[in-house]
Amino acid sequence: MSIQNRDTHLTQPQEAPKAPEKAAAGEPLLQIRSVAKSFGPRTVLRDVSLDVAPGEFLTILGESGSGKTTLLRLIAGFERPDTGEIWMGGERLDRLPPHRRQVNTVFQHYALFPHLSVFENVAYGLRAQGVAKAEIAQRVEQALAMVKMSAYAGAAPSKLSGGQQQRVALARALVNRPLLLLLDEPLSALDANLRRQMQWELKMLQREVGITFLFVTHDQDEAMALSDRIALLRAGELEQIAAPREIYNRPSTAYTAQFVGQTNLLRAEVVDGVARWGAFSWPCEGRPGPATFSLRPEHIRLVSPADPDDQQTVRFLATIGQQTFCGDTDLIEISCADGRVLQVRTPSRRILEGQCAFAFSASDAVRLHDAEES
Amino acid sequence: MDLHVSGQSSVRRRFGWLATYAAGVFAFLYLPIVVLILYSFNREGVGGFPPRHLTLDWYRMLASDGAILDAVVNSLLVALAAVAIALALGLPAALALDRVAFPGKALFRRLVLLPLILPGIITGLSLLMLAVFAGMKLSLLTVIIGHGTALISVGTTEISAGLQKMDRAQEEASLDLGASYWRTFWRVTLPNLRLPLVAAGLLIFTLSMDEIAVSFFLIGRDNTLPLEIWGRLRRGLTPEINAVSTIIFLASVGLILVWYRLRTRS
Repeated sequence: MSIQNRDTHLTQPQEAPKAPEKAAAGEPLLQIRSVAKSFGPRTVLRDVSLDVAPGEFLTILGESGSGKTTLLRLIAGFERPDTGEIWMGGERLDRLPPHRRQVNTVFQHYALFPHLSVFENVAYGLRAQGVAKAEIAQRVEQALAMVKMSAYAGAAPSKLSGGQQQRVALARALVNRPLLLLLDEPLSALDANLRRQMQWELKMLQREVGITFLFVTHDQDEAMALSDRIALLRAGELEQIAAPREIYNRPSTAYTAQFVGQTNLLRAEVVDGVARWGAFSWPCEGRPGPATFSLRPEHIRLVSPADPDDQQTVRFLATIGQQTFCGDTDLIEISCADGRVLQVRTPSRRILEGQCAFAFSASDAVRLHDAEES
Repeated sequence: MDLHVSGQSSVRRRFGWLATYAAGVFAFLYLPIVVLILYSFNREGVGGFPPRHLTLDWYRMLASDGAILDAVVNSLLVALAAVAIALALGLPAALALDRVAFPGKALFRRLVLLPLILPGIITGLSLLMLAVFAGMKLSLLTVIIGHGTALISVGTTEISAGLQKMDRAQEEASLDLGASYWRTFWRVTLPNLRLPLVAAGLLIFTLSMDEIAVSFFLIGRDNTLPLEIWGRLRRGLTPEINAVSTIIFLASVGLILVWYRLRTRS
């Protein structure tokens, strides 16, 4: 049932590309080295370097205008980098025209060919490569079965729903057994329910075919749900690249902490191994001086006086402000004695009033790297 | 409530004026054509109003009139050839305007579109001088060249509009799937332009069918239909001409309707 794609590694050359950098598992499949791109006076990418490991699901996350789609188009070959190089499996990719690259793309609005049937859409790449007729029929059927669209082989794309078009676009790309699949916000046109379902199917599909996925999105929840690693792009530069849990729990910059999930930013002062933020203080190693900490709302918890403390626990009293019901949790704005405001996320149970006791653990206050600049 | 009603009636009154005005304009535009069509069925010919005896005699006469039939064949020939020339040259021009940035592009765009605005007399006269200079004998061929070049602009504008509406991601998808640029043009770009191409062809065809000014300068011995009609008119209005004009009118309306439907569909 699954497209056998394990054999694609045979097509990769044995010789290692020059200057291999450390990657998650052995040799990287794709290497982006110091790539920059401008359109006229507008610089879209400045000096982006990135390795993608074979079989990885890597998400490029960023707000609109961060250059994520441009990066994808550079890899697909629709744009050329101004400077820098892109290598794939020991081959210089950025000098090849798009049709010579073993890369396929799922486009944001699918870009199915309206004048061809679903079957012919999926067969398009195989025909262009001159695959034998019998094999085309077999592989197209396999690919359509994989995305559960076999029943629609004869249909025109315009007769399909958004989700179905999405599946056909996936099949059309995957049937060519690319080394790398690029996905440009493929789920953004779907409504919320279908979107969640397609996320799950996409993840399953990627495990099944073992093809490396490079996924572009502006939706951090989607990025966290799908990816092995997330590369956060900010104004044409790579802000942080790490596994979803790592990037969420250990954001390196204030931008990352705020973009991936919600957070409280505490601009504190570190003196003699103790961080001070207003009336708060907690043990903190590292360089003295001003430092910014990220404290996730869910890491601040409601406590009762009877709860045991340890050295790491920071206790305080605060007044309940705005309380927003989010279904499974409540988001509460609390004001501390000195007027400082914090966001707290608690399991949703009841409406709180007046003063309550809160606490967080010093280990949950993550020191950010850009603290000194800001 | 009262206010509401009076507001509505004032709207109605204004609409009434507008309708009368529109009806007047339409009458001015189409009444002559209606009269022409009526007379083509009138046994007394162009004399005698209102028509008393309806007849198909003039159409029968038309069917046995060799000169008119020859002219129809000539016109069809010219129109088809003009369509071929204008599309074959208009498509590359439209592609260049849509896809390529080159120095002097703005000038090129204006030059390509110029014949659309240029009086037919100028186009005809200049082509006649060219033909004389090149030592070409005036014939249907010179008319074909005249129509073809004069109507490239129509082909270019229609195809440009189609290209602008086209989803460029489709061509990228084709390249992405391993098809060469050439294959992409044939398999994706051209099929996507099918409707604009047909629409442009129909429009060029109708425009060529009733073209007089350019043809007048470039015609040899074989007349096109409009010139044949014009020639006969100098000898007086005959009901037979009403009949052939009616047929041309209906055919043109039919083609324009098809063109319009294709255009809105694409």
